[in-house]
Amino acid sequence: MSSEWPLWEVFIRGQHGLNHRHVGSLHAADAEMAIHNARDVYTRRNEGVSIWVVRSADITASSPSEKGPLFEPSNSKVYRHPTFFDIPDEVGHM
Amino acid sequence: MYAQMVKSDVPRVKGLDEMGPEERAFQERIDAGQKIEPKEWMPEGYRKTLIRQISQHANSEIVGQLPEGNWITRAPTLERKAILLAKVQDEAGHGLYLYCAAETLGVSRDELYEQLHSGKAKYSSIFNYPTLTWADIGAIGWLVDGAAIMNQVPLQRCSYGPYSRAMIRICKEESFHQRQGYDILMKMVKGTPAQKAMVQDALNRWWWPSLMMFGPSDEASVHSAQSMAWKIKQNSNDELRQKFVDQTVPQAEYLGLTIPDPELKWNENKGGYDFGEPDWNEFFEVIAGNGPCNAERLGARRKAWEDGVWFRDGLTAHAEKVSARSAAAAE
Repeated sequence: MSSEWPLWEVFIRGQHGLNHRHVGSLHAADAEMAIHNARDVYTRRNEGVSIWVVRSADITASSPSEKGPLFEPSNSKVYRHPTFFDIPDEVGHM
Repeated sequence: MYAQMVKSDVPRVKGLDEMGPEERAFQERIDAGQKIEPKEWMPEGYRKTLIRQISQHANSEIVGQLPEGNWITRAPTLERKAILLAKVQDEAGHGLYLYCAAETLGVSRDELYEQLHSGKAKYSSIFNYPTLTWADIGAIGWLVDGAAIMNQVPLQRCSYGPYSRAMIRICKEESFHQRQGYDILMKMVKGTPAQKAMVQDALNRWWWPSLMMFGPSDEASVHSAQSMAWKIKQNSNDELRQKFVDQTVPQAEYLGLTIPDPELKWNENKGGYDFGEPDWNEFFEVIAGNGPCNAERLGARRKAWEDGVWFRDGLTAHAEKVSARSAAAAE
């Protein structure tokens, strides 16, 4: 039995001016084939103007169990949001 | 539905008070409508049930190409051929979205194919019926894709993130499939009496197998109850079947066709149609591998996979050689 092609994650820029966004994954022997397959699998209806592919094995992800330590510290820092500060109406738009 | 009778490996659905802390937290997240993502803690039964359901669904998309692919070279016009080709290509795409979703649960693509080819994993019973005439291609789009949509729309809200997102993509594309099928039939019923008879014959053969796509009644099934508690199933098989019949009968009337069910009758009280019971013996025979085309469909899948080994291996060897060469050049 032959070995499975590696898995690639696919990112598509939907329109000019937007970020690339993760849309899914696929198997391909190499990067060039991954781009071609991504074109056929994820952009059959003009969904993109640019494709990135990256081998899934090369992605480092935060672990679900780190969710608390990673993200909770920002919960208490409400002053980072502009609505934390009351600006009198007389000052006008700020 | 593309996944029928998915088993859940649980004797009965547990209450929150019977669960350990992890499982309870998991169930509470589901009850609150949160999505579960890959690598997060999940009960083993949830993972296994999802793999079964998603792989059955993916296999159906892939095997579903075969009855239609048969007509790509026989389509009556170049435009119909191009449309059918695009539709079949979509089915391949849908299969791939779904296999990717299943792989996030820790099963490999090769294992999924192996389970399909060995007969361990199922695909929808509907694809084991033959496509005898061009009207069958219309009937498949209208009825089979119509029934699939009925099932897939609620699955967009499935609790498992990757499956839900795959379903959202699929549902966006599926409406084209149903409309192209109905369009074929609208054209044919305006044709010669022979063409119209061909459409009626297709409806006669596809009606009951389409109703079977939803699976047998599951009101009393522990598997369905568990799948509903996990929000990987939202409606009972009977509910969806009823919706499908109510939606489809007026469409058949518009075409001037007769639904091949003498018991079909509008029921004012329930605001829906009463209809006859599909032949469930036939359904179980087809699921068990004894339908008209089971051997042909699986044979075609296995042959495509086996005949492609040298090609897949060749591309792997090429990719390895190129990467070794560029590594050597970098030194």
